[in-house]
Amino acid sequence: MSETQTKIAPDSEAPAERRLNMIEAINDALDVSMNRDDNIVIMGEDVGYFGGVFRCTAGLQEKYGKTRVFDTPISECGIIAAAVGMGAYGLRPVPEIQFADYIYPGLDQLISEAARLRYRSAAEYTAPITVRSPFGGGIFGGQTHSQSPEAIFAHVSGLKTVIPATPYDAKGLLISAIEDNDPVIFFEPKRIYNGPFSGYYDKPVEPWKRFDESLVPEGHYKIPLGKARYATTGDQLTILAYGTMVHVVEAVCREKGVEADIVDLRTIVPVDIETIEESVKKTGRCLIVHEATRTAGFGAELSALVTERCFYHLEAPVERVTGFDTPYPHSLEWAYFPGPIRIGEALDKILKD
Amino acid sequence: MADRPQDGVAGAGDNRPRLSLHVPEPKFRPGDAVDFSHIEVSEAGAQPRPDETTDPKDMLDFAHGLIRVLGEDNKAHGPWDPKLDPETLRSMLGHMAMTRAFDERMFRGQRQGKTSFYMKCTGEEATSVSASMALAADDMVFPSYRQQGILIQRGYPMIEMINQIYSNRGDKLKGRQLPIMYSSKEHSFFTISGNLATQTPQAVGWAMASAIKGDSRIAATWVGEGSTAEGDFHSACLFATVYNAPVILNVVNNQWAISSFSGFAGAERATFAARGVGYGIASLRVDGNDPLACYAAEQWAANRARANAGPTLIEFFSYRAEGHSTSDDPSGYRSAQERDEWPLGDPVMRLKNHLIEIGEWDEERQEKMDLEAAEHVKKTTKEAEANGILGHGLHHPFRTMFEDVFEELPWHLREQADQAIHERETKFPEGLPNEGKGA
Repeated sequence: MSETQTKIAPDSEAPAERRLNMIEAINDALDVSMNRDDNIVIMGEDVGYFGGVFRCTAGLQEKYGKTRVFDTPISECGIIAAAVGMGAYGLRPVPEIQFADYIYPGLDQLISEAARLRYRSAAEYTAPITVRSPFGGGIFGGQTHSQSPEAIFAHVSGLKTVIPATPYDAKGLLISAIEDNDPVIFFEPKRIYNGPFSGYYDKPVEPWKRFDESLVPEGHYKIPLGKARYATTGDQLTILAYGTMVHVVEAVCREKGVEADIVDLRTIVPVDIETIEESVKKTGRCLIVHEATRTAGFGAELSALVTERCFYHLEAPVERVTGFDTPYPHSLEWAYFPGPIRIGEALDKILKD
Repeated sequence: MADRPQDGVAGAGDNRPRLSLHVPEPKFRPGDAVDFSHIEVSEAGAQPRPDETTDPKDMLDFAHGLIRVLGEDNKAHGPWDPKLDPETLRSMLGHMAMTRAFDERMFRGQRQGKTSFYMKCTGEEATSVSASMALAADDMVFPSYRQQGILIQRGYPMIEMINQIYSNRGDKLKGRQLPIMYSSKEHSFFTISGNLATQTPQAVGWAMASAIKGDSRIAATWVGEGSTAEGDFHSACLFATVYNAPVILNVVNNQWAISSFSGFAGAERATFAARGVGYGIASLRVDGNDPLACYAAEQWAANRARANAGPTLIEFFSYRAEGHSTSDDPSGYRSAQERDEWPLGDPVMRLKNHLIEIGEWDEERQEKMDLEAAEHVKKTTKEAEANGILGHGLHHPFRTMFEDVFEELPWHLREQADQAIHERETKFPEGLPNEGKGA
């Protein structure tokens, strides 16, 4: 991939070179964190003995015991609520919601409780919990295993929402999320668990190990929340993306010979406004890409921010490429997905004049 | 298909009986004569007291009977008598009387425009005061909004309660919460939500954490019978039983959820204690207006939790003697006779009569205690009013509105805080009149 991505220097304390996919990187982040802090507990459906349906918690119950890594009833409300109670006790729970599509029964506990404990109790009680959940489509998951509900959480005051796009970032961001004293929603783009995705679903997946972003140092390191990274740099336009779409836009730009600042936001709340402004003021053009449905998606917020802050630097209207405002269809998944054609046409349009 | 009725045509071409929907209706509406003879009130002392480690399936009857200690003769009866010494009984009476005096004054304060909202717990004092006395002071409580008796029993300074109710500059919660939504970590009292039943599975989570850590503290939560309808309550029961959590789930069945009688939470079909049975939770149904029974049941559950023997669900069968809050008028939806006809009496009067019966109290001392309680509340109210009342400007500094959304202020909130302060300065170019002395 691009040179710019290897600019993130691993911690000086972390020497060994190893290549991990995103699942292994997340597992490593959990392992490193649990080893450092006895107050971290993991709970969720199938996360214990079995190690999670995507294997993110594999081996952790065996290593840390059944009272620190355990299965739960199929009750997202109960999972989040128990985590809130545990957080009030002084633990640092990392609950897993098996698919982001299943998080809705836990919303009241997230929105009205976890997100507001600090405020309503004037910081007597806090909710230092990290809710991990695989999200996004592209795995033939149908309408209930494909959604990208990040905008719902971005709209809630008191929640941070983090979405990694590489194994290196997944580990560093997850450790930051766990150590954060506020509730964090950590959405894992499951389409790129095993390798970055070019947007061409009919081509074989290239495993992470062929890319330098899979160089994940051992031990503890953090990537600060609220800081974006340049996935690539270029002068023609700025592309704001996160998760799976970072890799799709990167592939499309490569294919079309477009030189773009691809800004991988990494955290959508708080969003890295400085990097966004810096890049858009440089390029004068801004394309926003997300997989989630379009109306009131996070792209709308990004578009508003860019328009409010960079209007006089813009040489073309801000463009959005998103999923359609339909449920995620099973058989027509790739017709829904904002793939190379939709992105390519938007690039042509925004670069026209 | 030919035999089936067309959509929307009831029973056409079909000899099956027509269906009808049952919509629950309370027995008495405004103006109705009240007769509570359908409520089964068992003899005080009639219930046996099982061992605290009893298997829930061996004590199913306790979800349907009514544990009672204080009889019509004002004496304590049977194996549930906690045999408290007179000093403890007087202390219990004192906390209940103080809670009642506090409610009276705060309700009036709302009517006088000193705050926006208040909720009394009249008639339900025993369900919080007596239950709380059976717990250790550092056991964690996750209350609903009608357990002010716990704070009073645990010695939370009354002025803090009133500051919170007035949302004034002394309010430790910085004027952010609706009146009575207290929080005190120091008193192991969780921040009250206002969203219903959310605290119940959180209490289970706290109890699970205590067990994970090998702690000895237990958790207790309170929820109204109406709120047991929320999914959160069922998550609480499930997690409590799955992990055998050291938690007590107290359901205060005060018969009314604003204007909806308990039938809308399922009371026509089963008791609330019976909800625990399906989950395999030890379940007790208790006379909630009998302070000694409330104490004894909570103590039983606390012993059970502390012995790692699991959770308990307690239904306190009681009656909400006043409106839901200052925002509703109960005479609009229920018969005014209900309060007087309630077969389980009033908890304060029952404990008072018991103390007199055993020769440890008299009317004169009762009168003196009531007077002192009223005076204490009055005096504390005056002190709190020096910190301001709602809407009179003596609130927390403006910038505090943006604090505690996150541990650190992110850029977007910093910008919004600047805007808010700019608006303030535009409105008051001479300086902010309310920061300090008040306007």
